[in-house]
Amino acid sequence: MTDSVHDLRARQPRFSGLEAGHRACQGCGEALGARLVTEAAGPDVILANATGCLEVFSTAWPQSAWRVPWIHSVFANAAAVASGVESALKAQGRRTKVIAQGGDGGTFDIGFQALSGMLERMHNVLYVCYDNEAYMNTGIQRSSSTPHAARTTTSPPGRERMGKRHLKKDLLSIIAAHHIPYAASASVAYPQDLRRKVRRAMEIEGPTFLLVHSPCPLGWGHDGSHTIAIARLAVQSGLFPLVELERGEVASVMPVRKAVPVADYLKGQGRFAHLFVEGDPRAREEREHLQALADYNIERYGLAGEGTDPYDTDGADTVRRGGSARI
Amino acid sequence: MRDALEGSQAIARAVGMCRPGVVAAYPITPQTHIVENISKLVADGALHCELVSVESEFSAASVVLGAAAAGSRAYTASSSQGILLMAEVVYDIAGMRLPVVMTCANRAVSAPINIWNDHQDSMAVRDSGWIQIHCTDNQQAVDTTIQAFRIAQDLDLPVMVCVDGFVLTHTLETLDMPDQETVDRYLPEPAFARRLDSANPLSMGTLVGPDYFTEIRHVQHRASCRALDVIAAADRDWQALTGRASGGLLTVDGDPDAKIGVLAMGSVVSTFREAMETLPGGKKAKLINLRTFRPFPAQALIDACAGLRHLVVVDRSLSPGLGGILATEVKAALADGPKMPKIHAVALGLGGRDVPMEAWTRLVALAKDAPEPFHILDLDPAKLDPADL
Repeated sequence: MTDSVHDLRARQPRFSGLEAGHRACQGCGEALGARLVTEAAGPDVILANATGCLEVFSTAWPQSAWRVPWIHSVFANAAAVASGVESALKAQGRRTKVIAQGGDGGTFDIGFQALSGMLERMHNVLYVCYDNEAYMNTGIQRSSSTPHAARTTTSPPGRERMGKRHLKKDLLSIIAAHHIPYAASASVAYPQDLRRKVRRAMEIEGPTFLLVHSPCPLGWGHDGSHTIAIARLAVQSGLFPLVELERGEVASVMPVRKAVPVADYLKGQGRFAHLFVEGDPRAREEREHLQALADYNIERYGLAGEGTDPYDTDGADTVRRGGSARI
Repeated sequence: MRDALEGSQAIARAVGMCRPGVVAAYPITPQTHIVENISKLVADGALHCELVSVESEFSAASVVLGAAAAGSRAYTASSSQGILLMAEVVYDIAGMRLPVVMTCANRAVSAPINIWNDHQDSMAVRDSGWIQIHCTDNQQAVDTTIQAFRIAQDLDLPVMVCVDGFVLTHTLETLDMPDQETVDRYLPEPAFARRLDSANPLSMGTLVGPDYFTEIRHVQHRASCRALDVIAAADRDWQALTGRASGGLLTVDGDPDAKIGVLAMGSVVSTFREAMETLPGGKKAKLINLRTFRPFPAQALIDACAGLRHLVVVDRSLSPGLGGILATEVKAALADGPKMPKIHAVALGLGGRDVPMEAWTRLVALAKDAPEPFHILDLDPAKLDPADL
């Protein structure tokens, strides 16, 4: 007597919208992020996906890794397609929650206008950006989310350049300027925190936004087994602060009680290898620049404090300042 | 009921009677009055739908894509630059087999920027997989808009109703507006073949590699070809209900034994019909109105051209370096017929240049001469540098 795989899955205690068997790389932060998001969101959702790795590795016809309804149209329109799905559900009196998903290319750059429109029109959609800080699907080109000085194939270091010449776009501040009910950053290194933020967003009637820091082993140049460690260092160094915003105001932050030097985060990644060339004064300068950016985040969001750092949600919401997430 | 309505207002009312669940549009001249009128219907409570005032045509197309995928009747309208900004999504809507209806208020495409009427915009997306139906007057615009929702749903294909900008959209005409009951009787409940539903998960718009892509394109082509019958049937059924036909795939006016034919699309057909009746010698040629441009009704065209020695094909658009787009397609279709008339390919009325009734006489006269290479009939050489003649 054998159970079919389908039966076994149906008996799984925890629902996951993204099934195993997809074609993501080992250690893919985006695949992990999407699994955590769909676990927390549950089965009564409709996903609208931008073009990108997530779409490509999960849906090679005639197979699909999605156990929830899922739609992909083109690169730039995930937020607008989600707006349309949500409008149709509203017209039909259906209560299913719509989630839009995109990478940083589809969110910070090409899909930015559609995202702003969706937020401004107050569609009841959770938009999740899996931020791996470059165009990974086309083979690691710089995006406006790529950190300063990082190497990509279109921001290569050389005699005249030290990687990307511009700063990572502060997307969360732009999202905050839309004064939506809830926006947050999260990291795949903090799954409880990530799930909690998804659940919070799911309960809100209105637009919400989640920026999920998602390492890409191939693009960042680290072993797939180091994804979590590296994602955690991004948070612990202050370079990727985990914050929650209500109506654009900071409502809660993940404290960084004793910040890790940014160099500890950088040195594990091939994309920053040129910042550790012995005797290159530019390397030192860029490391200092990145450290200054992390220091700025720590100061701006008030991340510093006493004691030890939380590994996950423990203490994540200790700094709390009012506000209501309900419309 | 007879009403004197502006084209855009009539189209908006027709859309409203089709009870769309979601309307998304972005203003662009000369489409703007359509979306304004729909907004007013919604504001007055005469139309209950989700009206999404998007931030671009790209998002307008994306919103109706998502809405149709989620099972709602969805409508948008655009023109010119808007159609081109939508283009990526226009292809996607057709490839995903979504029954969206769009009005294209036909307008020239930049550069130079020009807000007036020709057919360059809908021609620019002619290979996208949308059904394209042209209207000769605003009665047809109303009737075709209603038929479009039925055709789209029958075939899981999007339909573009092409209406000449300004000439139709901004012109007051006396029209028979159907009543709501008639439209309700004519249109099926919006229940589509596929719908995003968390009770029955479905992945739409997935990645398709070389091993299946060809088959999917084939199926799309077959569905589009099947549209020929569906379009004709939709018009017949509408006629049975209202007494008005809109022209099926194409119509032929004038002497059936004429040896000269003129083929055109859109509002110039009405102009030429009038010219045929009133100008001296106007009845020398017959007039073929190609209502359905996609799918291309090749067999109907071959039949309509039987016995013709000359066919003048009027383009309201231009493929630089090739010439007339419509003429090229007509020639290709007729090459499969038993006896091909001589094709005279001309363009006129580009960027809103007026097409007067007298143009009919000049077009018919072309048939006296041996066919020339493609040329623009209403070109004014006096405005050209001699080097450009």
